[in-house]
Amino acid sequence: MSVDAELADELVAAVSTWVDRDVISQSRALEQADEFPQSMFEQMCDFGLFGATIPPEYGGLGLDAITYARVVEELSRGWMSLAGILNSHKLAVAMITRFGTPEQRSRFLPRMLDGSFRASFSLSEPDAGSDTRNIRCRAELDGGEWVINGTKMWVTNGMRSSLVMLLARTPDDRITCFAVEKAPGERSGGLTISRKIEKLGYKGLETVEMSYADHRVPHANLLGGDKGMGEGLRYALSALELGRVNIAARAVGVAQAALDAALAYSQERETFGKPIFAHQAVQFMLAEMATKLHAARLMTYDAARRYDAGERIDLEAGMAKLFASEAAYEIATDAMRIHGGYGYTTEHSVERYYRDTPLMIIGEGTNEIQKLVIARRLLERMRERG
Amino acid sequence: MRQRHTHAQRRSSVARRDLPFRVAIRGRRQHNQGVKIAVCVKQIPDPANPGRLDADGKTLARDEKLILDESDSYGVEMALQLAEAAGGEVVLVSMSPTGEVGGIRTALAMGADAAVIISDDALAGSDALGTAKVLAAALRRTQPDLILTATESTDGYTGTVPAQIAELLSLPSVTFAKSVEVGSDGLLVRRQAEYGYDEVACPLPAVVSVTAGVVEPRYPSFRGIMAAKSKPTEMLTLAGLGLEPSEVGWTGARQRIIDVSPVPERGGGEICEDDGTGHERIVALLEELKVL
Ligand SMILES: Cc1cc2nc3c(=O)[nH]c(=O)nc-3n(C[C@H](O)[C@H](O)[C@H](O)COP(=O)(O)OP(=O)(O)OC[C@H]3O[C@@H](n4cnc5c(N)ncnc54)[C@H](O)[C@@H]3O)c2cc1C
Repeated sequence: MSVDAELADELVAAVSTWVDRDVISQSRALEQADEFPQSMFEQMCDFGLFGATIPPEYGGLGLDAITYARVVEELSRGWMSLAGILNSHKLAVAMITRFGTPEQRSRFLPRMLDGSFRASFSLSEPDAGSDTRNIRCRAELDGGEWVINGTKMWVTNGMRSSLVMLLARTPDDRITCFAVEKAPGERSGGLTISRKIEKLGYKGLETVEMSYADHRVPHANLLGGDKGMGEGLRYALSALELGRVNIAARAVGVAQAALDAALAYSQERETFGKPIFAHQAVQFMLAEMATKLHAARLMTYDAARRYDAGERIDLEAGMAKLFASEAAYEIATDAMRIHGGYGYTTEHSVERYYRDTPLMIIGEGTNEIQKLVIARRLLERMRERG
Repeated sequence: MRQRHTHAQRRSSVARRDLPFRVAIRGRRQHNQGVKIAVCVKQIPDPANPGRLDADGKTLARDEKLILDESDSYGVEMALQLAEAAGGEVVLVSMSPTGEVGGIRTALAMGADAAVIISDDALAGSDALGTAKVLAAALRRTQPDLILTATESTDGYTGTVPAQIAELLSLPSVTFAKSVEVGSDGLLVRRQAEYGYDEVACPLPAVVSVTAGVVEPRYPSFRGIMAAKSKPTEMLTLAGLGLEPSEVGWTGARQRIIDVSPVPERGGGEICEDDGTGHERIVALLEELKVL
C-alpha cells in the first residue's frame, strides 16, 4: 500500500520524536551494558512497528517500502540495534507474505502483528556465509515431519524469537525454507541456543549460534508448501533484496547521528581561540560527510520507491547498500576525528557509531558480494539491450 | 457507576446553577454511553523554533504549522486513561482561528474519538475571556461529563481560561490536578499544592485543569495516526455557536497589549570556589532567595 506523503511524514515524525526524547538519552547505558532494551522494544510494539509491513487483510498496516525505510533510518539514528530487533521479523514477514501458502499466511501473519511472536532469519552457517551453496544443515522427511540436524550461525534475535525462517538442505540436495516454530529461550525441542556471540557493536540484541539435533518440524511449515521444495534460497535472496534497502537505511540513520554529533561538537570545542568549526579543515570534513550522507539517502529512497513501483531492484538495492554502508563507516570515522580524543571515549556516542557501522558493510551480503551482484546485473542489462 | 454519579451529585456540597445542562447529562447517562470527557486543547507555534511576532509587534505569529501544546497532552492522556478504565469517549474542543488542524490530529492519533474545532476570522486577537466564551459555548453543545484542560497554555500563560470556562458554565472548577478518579463520590481530584496535595471531591460535570507532567502522554501508534484523519471533526463558526463577533477577537477583548519586549539575557551568574565553606555560601544564597 502506498501511503500519502503527509501521512508518511506523520508516521516518521512520531518515531523521530520518540527517538529524540527517549532513545538517544538511554541508549548509551543500555548498549554499554549489552542489555536488551525492553522498554524501547515495548514502545516499538505500541507504535505497531512489527505489523507495519503485514498486509491489511491480515491485520497489518501494509506500509510501503519507502516509509518503512525512513522509519528504520530514524530508529538507527537513535540506536542501530533497534532496527536490528525489527529486521529479521520483517524479512520473515516478506517471505511468508510473498511465498507462503494461503494457509501459512493466515496461520502466521496475524500472530506476527504485535511483537509477541517475533521471527528470526537463519541462512548463515559456520562455513556458509557468502557461499550459501555450502549450507550443510539437513532436513529429512520422517512420517510426515521434517527432522532437522545441523548448526546455524549468526541468528540475530534467535533466542527471543518464536519463529525461525530456516534454510536447510533437503534430500533433493537443494535448499528449502522452513518456518520453524519454537519457544523463546535457550532450548525448544531439539533446537538449542548453543552459543551467544559476543560482538564489537550491534549490542543489546542477541546474535546466536543455533544447533538442531533431530528437531521435528511439521510438513505444513515448509514455506510455500510442496511447491516450495528446493526454492528456499530463491525465497531468501528475494527477501534480502528489500533487506538491503533497509540495511542502507540503517547506515543512513547512523551516519546522520554521527554528522549531527560532529556538527554540534565542532561549535562547542574551541582550539587556538576559536571553535574548531572555524578551521577550514574541519569544515571540509563536515561538508564531505554531509554530501556523502545526502547521496546515500537519495540512493536508499530511490531503491525503496522503485520497489514500491513494482520494479526489479537488485541493482539499485545493491548499490544503495554498498554506497550507504561505506559512506556511514567513513562518516562515523570522520565524526570521531572531529571529536578528537573525546571521540575515542565511551562518554560520547561517536565511538558506538564507529563500532556499529561495519556491520552494514558485512551483513546481508558483504559489500564484495554486492559488487558481484551489481556487476552481474550490469552485464545482464547490456545484453538485454543487445 | 452511572447510578453512583447521580447519587454523588445529590450529596454534593458544591453549588451548581446550570440546571438544564446537568439534567441533559443525567438523561444521556441513562442511555449507558459511558463517561464523556471533553479536553480543551490548543495548537501553538512549535516552541522548538524561535518565536516571531506579528506585523503589529504585539502577538505571536501563528502563520506557520501549529502543533499540539505539550501542556495539553497531559489532559489528553488523562482523559484517555479515564475513558479506557470507565468506558466512554474523549472529545477534543479547540479554538483555531486559522483553521489549522495539525495539532488536533496529534491528539486524535493518541486516541481521542472526535474533535470540535471553532474557526472564524473574527476570533483573531481574542483574550483569555473571549477564548473561554467560545470554548464554553462549544462545550455547552458537546455536553461532556468532565472537562479537562491544561493549567495554562505554553504560548499565552494567562492560566485563567479553565476557571473562566467553569464560571461561564456554572460548573465546579478544580485546578492543578495531579490525579483524577471518577469514583463512587463523583470526582476525586488530588490537587497539587506547595505543601503536598489537597484531596478534593466534587460532583460531575466539572472543569479540571491538569498539571503538566503528572501522566506520561503516550506516543500515537501508527494505526492511531492513520485513523486520525477519518475521525469525526466538526468545524464550527461563531454563528454556529450563536456568538456575536463583537464578544470575541480584538473587538471583544477587554485586555489591551501595550507593549511586548524581549526577555532580558540571562546574566553570567556567580561562580564560587569551594574552599571548604561552600555549604555556608549555599545556605546564605538560599536564604537571600527566601527559599529556606
Ligand atoms: C552481527 C551479525 C549478525 C548477523 N545476523 C544474521 C542473521 O540474522 N541471519 C543470517 O543468516 N546471517 C546473519 N549474519 C551473517 C552474515 O550475513 C554473514 O556474516 C555475511 O553474509 C558474510 O559471511 P561470512 O561471515 O561467512 O563471511 P565470508 O563469506 O567467509 O567472507 C569473508 C570475506 O571474503 C569475501 N568473499 C567471500 N566470497 C567472495 C567472493 N566470491 N568474491 C569476493 N569476495 C568474497 C567476503 O566479502 C569477506 O570479505 C550476521 C552477521 C553478523 C556479523
